[in-house]
Amino acid sequence: MSVPFYVSPEQIMKDKADFARKGIARGRSVVVAQYADGVVFVAENPSKALHKISEIYDRIGFAAVGKYNEFENLRVAGIRLADMRGYSYDRSDVTVRSLANAYAQTLGSIFTETPKPFEVEIVVAEVGTDEASDQLYRLTFDGSVADEHGFVAMGGSAEAIAGALSAAWAPGQDLQTSLQQAVHALGEHGTEEARVLPASDLEVAVLDRTRPRRAFRRIEGAELEGLLA
Amino acid sequence: MTAQFPPSYRALGSPSFAEFLASSGGPAPVTSGGTIDAPHGTTIVALCFDGGVVMAGDRRATMGNVIAQRDVQKVFEADSHSVVGIAGTAGIAVELVRLFQVELEHYEKIEGTQLSLDGKANRLSTLLRGNLGMAMQGLAVVPLFAGYDEPADRGRIFSYDVTGGRYEEHDYYAVGSGSSFARGSLKKLFHFDATAEQAVRVALEALYDAADDDSATSGPDLTRRIFPVVAVVRREGVEIIEEDTLAEAAEKMLAERMRRPGGPWAQVGGDSA
Repeated sequence: MSVPFYVSPEQIMKDKADFARKGIARGRSVVVAQYADGVVFVAENPSKALHKISEIYDRIGFAAVGKYNEFENLRVAGIRLADMRGYSYDRSDVTVRSLANAYAQTLGSIFTETPKPFEVEIVVAEVGTDEASDQLYRLTFDGSVADEHGFVAMGGSAEAIAGALSAAWAPGQDLQTSLQQAVHALGEHGTEEARVLPASDLEVAVLDRTRPRRAFRRIEGAELEGLLA
Repeated sequence: MTAQFPPSYRALGSPSFAEFLASSGGPAPVTSGGTIDAPHGTTIVALCFDGGVVMAGDRRATMGNVIAQRDVQKVFEADSHSVVGIAGTAGIAVELVRLFQVELEHYEKIEGTQLSLDGKANRLSTLLRGNLGMAMQGLAVVPLFAGYDEPADRGRIFSYDVTGGRYEEHDYYAVGSGSSFARGSLKKLFHFDATAEQAVRVALEALYDAADDDSATSGPDLTRRIFPVVAVVRREGVEIIEEDTLAEAAEKMLAERMRRPGGPWAQVGGDSA
């Protein structure tokens, strides 16, 4: 009779975390940054059909990196939670905090309870009445939550991108500035070689606080090219 | 409620919110014997114009012979390019509209694209059929749905019966207690080449004619500044007409009705068309 190998819990968790990190690092990066009138989401994503950025509710948006089927599952669950809350109570009772909490609990239990953790990292953001009341939450594969300010970078080269953004980003800047900084950082540090990302390789959306009710809006085509020029 | 997503939230499913609501234990339908006396909404009219459609509803809710509310809203934005008006039991109708609005937005967010206008009309039909039990207890709802159909580049109108039957209407339609009078009025005043402004005026005239002969329908209330809710739907989206604009149109209409209470008049016979 063979004796099963003993693997320490530390080792199991470390292996799972390494596995998830590797999976996430393979994908292209995403930047979420604040600007004076809201929050801009920028993803390097040549696909026009498989979105990495989505609307969740009136003032709440979502961005993800990693494995598509896994974050799509979480995105749909988030929309269901938000719509169910808004329908059962009131639209104003849907908050990004409760959504971030649900994501954290779900990712945390998947990480500990299943053999394969989710290879995803997500950001949920909500725009408030001014820049100071905007909320950005970053959630990692193990269910950790970080309350972020200013900007977030996720994906393979997140650290290098965040480094570039921390030198450039400032509160109160307009959409064009935030967008160009994000695109520049993604192009410069997204891969080994620096590139200039064309509009066709980008998926861009904003949560615009000046819009009534539904703040989420995609920026595409000529409008995107105009803002990048 | 636990903090984690319940299993049904992460299960594969359709992009329909109503189906999700039912599968995850939404509110159970009420089944009680006997009939209930509840506020009742009255007349809704809709008519097409060149490039879109106008929908208007009066503001009265009645309970028997009593006016239950003077400023109830019965015409709602369903999504960016469609509107829904409701006649019948007010409480259930408003709830149906709320569910319908979430249904359309939910689909749009999950699928990343809006339903076709026919798809929206069919969804409303399904939701309405879910209310059949209530309708049989006397709590019927009769919606009127209208929207801008992008591929066809025109406005379209759909009417329903209490069982969820869906019928496309051409040119114009009206539902509710004053609908037969409103339809008579629309028949004479409708013309397809009308501008949006003309169509709004026709809708106001039709509601006035309904209020003229149906005690459950209200006319413009100048003393309280309560005017019908009027929505215009076209390529650019839904526009709920501002109160000031409506007040002006209603005052103009009333001034003409002072001279001729029956409203606009056409000569018949002789050399008239």
